[in-house]
Amino acid sequence: MSDGIGARVKRKEDKRFITGKGKYTDDIRVDNQAYAAFVRSTHAHARVVNLDTSAAEAMDGVIAVLNGHQLTGDGIGNIICGWAINSKDGSPMNMGAWSALATEMVRYVGDAVAVVIADTQAQARLAAEAVEVEYEELPVVVTTPDALADGAPQIHENAPGNLIYDWEIGDQAATDTAIAGASHVTEMEITNNRLSPNPMEPRSAVAIYDEGEDHYTLYTTSQNPHVARLVLSAFYNVAPEHKLRVIAPDVGGGFGSKIYIYPEEITCLWASMKTGRSVKWTSDRSEAFITDAHGRDHISTAKMGFDAAGRILGLKVDTIANFGAYMSLFSSAVPTYLYATLLSGQYNISNIHANVRAVYTNTVPVDAYRGAGRPEACYLVERMMETAAREMGMDPAELRRINFIQEFPHETPVIMTYDTGDFDGNMDKAQAAADVAGFAARKAEAAARGKLRGIGYSAYIEACGIAPSAAVGSLGAGVGLWESAEVRVNPVGTVEILTGSHSHGQGHETTFAQIVAERFGIPIDNVQVVHGDTDKVQFGMGTYGSRSGAVGMSAIVKAMDKVEAKVKKIAAHTLEASEDDIVIEGGEVKVAGTDKSMAWHEVGLAAYLAHNLPEGMEPGLKEGAFYDPVNFTFPAGVYIAEVEVDPETGVTDIVQFTAADDFGTIINPMIVEGQVHGGIAQGVGQAMLEHAVYDEDGQLLSGSYMDYCMPRADDLPSYTLDHNTTVCPNNPLGMKGCGEAGAIGTPPAIINAITDAIGNNDLAMPATPQTVWRAIQAAKAPLAAE
Amino acid sequence: MAKVKLTVNGRAVSRDVPDTTLLSEFLREDLRLTGTHVGCDTSQCGACVVHVDGKAVKSCTMLAASASGGEVTTVEGLANGELHPMQKAFNDNHGLQCGFCTPGMIMSGVDMVNRYKQAGRELTEEAIRHELEGNICRCTGYHNIVKSIQDAATKM
Repeated sequence: MSDGIGARVKRKEDKRFITGKGKYTDDIRVDNQAYAAFVRSTHAHARVVNLDTSAAEAMDGVIAVLNGHQLTGDGIGNIICGWAINSKDGSPMNMGAWSALATEMVRYVGDAVAVVIADTQAQARLAAEAVEVEYEELPVVVTTPDALADGAPQIHENAPGNLIYDWEIGDQAATDTAIAGASHVTEMEITNNRLSPNPMEPRSAVAIYDEGEDHYTLYTTSQNPHVARLVLSAFYNVAPEHKLRVIAPDVGGGFGSKIYIYPEEITCLWASMKTGRSVKWTSDRSEAFITDAHGRDHISTAKMGFDAAGRILGLKVDTIANFGAYMSLFSSAVPTYLYATLLSGQYNISNIHANVRAVYTNTVPVDAYRGAGRPEACYLVERMMETAAREMGMDPAELRRINFIQEFPHETPVIMTYDTGDFDGNMDKAQAAADVAGFAARKAEAAARGKLRGIGYSAYIEACGIAPSAAVGSLGAGVGLWESAEVRVNPVGTVEILTGSHSHGQGHETTFAQIVAERFGIPIDNVQVVHGDTDKVQFGMGTYGSRSGAVGMSAIVKAMDKVEAKVKKIAAHTLEASEDDIVIEGGEVKVAGTDKSMAWHEVGLAAYLAHNLPEGMEPGLKEGAFYDPVNFTFPAGVYIAEVEVDPETGVTDIVQFTAADDFGTIINPMIVEGQVHGGIAQGVGQAMLEHAVYDEDGQLLSGSYMDYCMPRADDLPSYTLDHNTTVCPNNPLGMKGCGEAGAIGTPPAIINAITDAIGNNDLAMPATPQTVWRAIQAAKAPLAAE
Repeated sequence: MAKVKLTVNGRAVSRDVPDTTLLSEFLREDLRLTGTHVGCDTSQCGACVVHVDGKAVKSCTMLAASASGGEVTTVEGLANGELHPMQKAFNDNHGLQCGFCTPGMIMSGVDMVNRYKQAGRELTEEAIRHELEGNICRCTGYHNIVKSIQDAATKM
C-alpha cells in the first residue's frame, strides 16, 4: 500500500495552509461581532482598592465594562488545577483561589481585573485604557529561592510560606547510604530556565451565546476542545455540557500552552451571555507573553554516586519548581509525575530519591510546555553524566554505555516500568551518524582557526502516550487519559475518522488517513479526518504528551477492528463463505483462495441498503471505540551536538547536530522528522537563546520579540537524523510518540558540547555569548592567578 | 478616515477606513483576506508578509493609506490556476506544520528568490537562513523551510 504505514506521504492538510485558506479562530467573525479587551494589572502584587469604569463606559462603542465581582456573583467558578498532589506528610496541595477576573487582589503583571466589550477592537482597547484601577502595592516575590525565604511576602493565604507542596519519591535512606559508599560523587546545582511557549498563532476566542436556545458556542485556540468543554462546564459553571459547543478549528501551534482553559475564554463566554453579543478576543504578542502559561523554571541540586568502575550507585535530587501566581490546570503534575519519575534516565540506578517543593511567585502561571517535566529531568541527568565522566576521566559515551539498561521490562526506583528499548543501538547509530571518530581531527582543525570545538551527548528517555487512566487516577489526576475514535464507512465506501486527538501542526489528517488506507486498502483521498469540534466528535482528551499516535491512533485501530469484523460478516453472508476465509486486500473484500470478491464500496452500500444482511445485524457501518493505554510509552534516543565557540566573543555556532531516535513504529517518516526538527529548534532555543526574565518588581523584561530571543533560521544548522526501532509492545501499532523528543533531548547535548569546548562545566542556560564568554574567563581565572 | 484604493490580487478595491488602519488589518478585516496572519506586535515574526508593488513588506508595519495606489499580492493571490512553485515546494518538502507562519514564509521566499535571480546571485543555504531573519517559525525548526525555498528556487 503506497500510502500506508511507513510511507512519506505529503500532507493532505497543506493545501489550505499554503493557499491562505486555513481557518484559525481569529479568522472567524460573526454578524454583529463585539470585541473584548482586558484591563490588566500593571503591578505584580497589589490590593485592588477601587475600580472606576465610568469614563470607559461613556466611550464610543462601549457595550459593557464587567468586573470580577459581577463574574463571581454570577456563580462563575474559580480556575482549578486538575491534578491533586499531596505533600509527603499526606496534606493536600495548597491551591490558592484564581478568579478569571480578579476581585480584591492581583498577583502578577497581567492578572485581569476587568473586561471591556465594545463594537470594535480599537474601541474596546481604547476604553480598557480608560478604566481607572487604584492599587495598593504589596511586596513582591519573583524568584524561586525568594519564595521560600523566611518572612517572604505571602501570595495566597492558604499557602503558608508560599509552599504549594513538599513532595518526595524514592527511598531517601537507601539513596543516602548508596551515595555515602560511592568512590566518586558528582554534585551540581542545575537551573532549568523559564521559557515562554510562543506558538505563532496567539490565543483567541469567539464566544457566541444564543438566547433562544440558551446555548453557547466557543471557537478557541485549544489542543483539547472536549477537555475545555468539560472544565468550562463542570468547574467554571459557564454552561452545562449539553448547552456548550467548543470548536478548535485550525490551531497555529500549541506546545502545551493551549491545553489550559484560560481566564479569557471563560470571560468571553460569560460576557456573551451578559451582553447578548458574540464576544471576540485575540491576544496580541505582548499580551501572550504575560498571559500564556510559561514553562520550566526549576532550581535543583543533585548528587550522583559512582563505584570505581563508573557504575551509578545512587542519585539524590532536591528541586524547587516555580508555579507562578496561580496553579494552572496541570501544573502540579509537571515537576512530580512528569519529572521525578524520569530521573532514572536510560540507566540502571538502584537508588533514587527526589524531593520537590512547588512554590508561588508573583509571575505568570507555569505549566506544561513541550516535554513538560521530562526536559527538566533529562537536562539534570545528562548534565550530571557528562560532568561525572569528565571528573572521572572517562569517555562520556562509555560511561553511559556501562550504565545503560539492557533488559526489559525494567522497573526503575521512581515507579516507571520501561517496556522496551535498545539504548546501545541508539548510541551506535548516533555516533556513526555524527562521525564521532573524526571529532579529534575536526577539533584540531578548528583550533588552527582559533575556535574551540566541543562535543556533547544527551541520552534522553521520556514517558509518553499519556496515559493509563487508572494509573494516573491513583496518582491524583482528575481525568482519565484514554482517547476515543469513530470510524464511519459511508455507503459509497469513503471513510470518516472522528478523533478526539487534535492536530495543531502534527499532520493528523494525513497520518490518521494512512492507517486507514493500510488497513482497508483505499486511497487516503477517500479518508477524511474530523477533529476539533465537540458537536461532531463524540469525546476526546486532546493532543499533548506525544499521545496522538500511541493513544489516539490506537483508538482508531480499535474502531477499525470492529468495522472489519462487521465487513467480514457482511461479505461472508453475501459471498456465501465463512467469515474466517474473508480477507480485505487492495480495496476488495475477498474469499481467500477463490475469485469471489466484493469491492470495498459494495460492502458499504450493502450495510446501508440493508436488503440482505445477516440475520439480526443492524444496518449501517460505523463503529466507535475508547482506547485506554496499559502503560506509558518510552521513546528514547541519543543526541550529539558539536559546537564551535569563538573564545574572544563567546559566540557559539552549532556546526553539527545529530539525533538518533527510537519512536517505535513510524507511520510517516517525513512528518516524524519534522517533529524532531521542531523539537530540536525549541531545545536549542532553551539552551542558547530563550529566557523569560522578570525584574525584582515582577515586571517581565522579555515581553516581546524584541526582547525574548526566538530561534531564527540563522541560529540553527540543518540536522542529521537517524532512527533505531524497537516496537512498543503495549499498543496495536507499536508506536511510542515523537512530538516532544527534540525539546527534551537537545538542551543537555548543546550545553555539554559548549562546556566541553570551553573547559568549564559551570554554565547556565541560555548560553548566550555573554554567558559563554564569562564562563571562558572564569575557567581562565585560576591560571591568571598563578 | 482615509480613502484607500488598491489593486489586491489583481482586483481593484476601494474603502474608506480609519487613518490608523494597518495594511494587515485592511486585508484581514476589510477585505476578509485572512491568509495574511498577525503573529506579533513588533514587526518581528513576518507572518504578515505580502508583496506591495512587487516587494515583500510586513503588512503590520504599513498603513493601508500608505499603500494606496499600489498593487498588493497576498498568499491568496499567488496561485495562478495552479500552485505557485513556492507553494508546491512547501508541500513537497514538508515546509509547514501548523501553517500559521506559512503565508509569510511563502511570500518572503518568493521575494527572496526573485531578488537573487534578478541580481544573478546564488541563493545558498546560508543566504536563505540569513534572509529568513524576519520570519519566525516555531514548528519546523526551519530545516524543511530552507529545503522548500531551495527547491522552489530551481523551479521559479
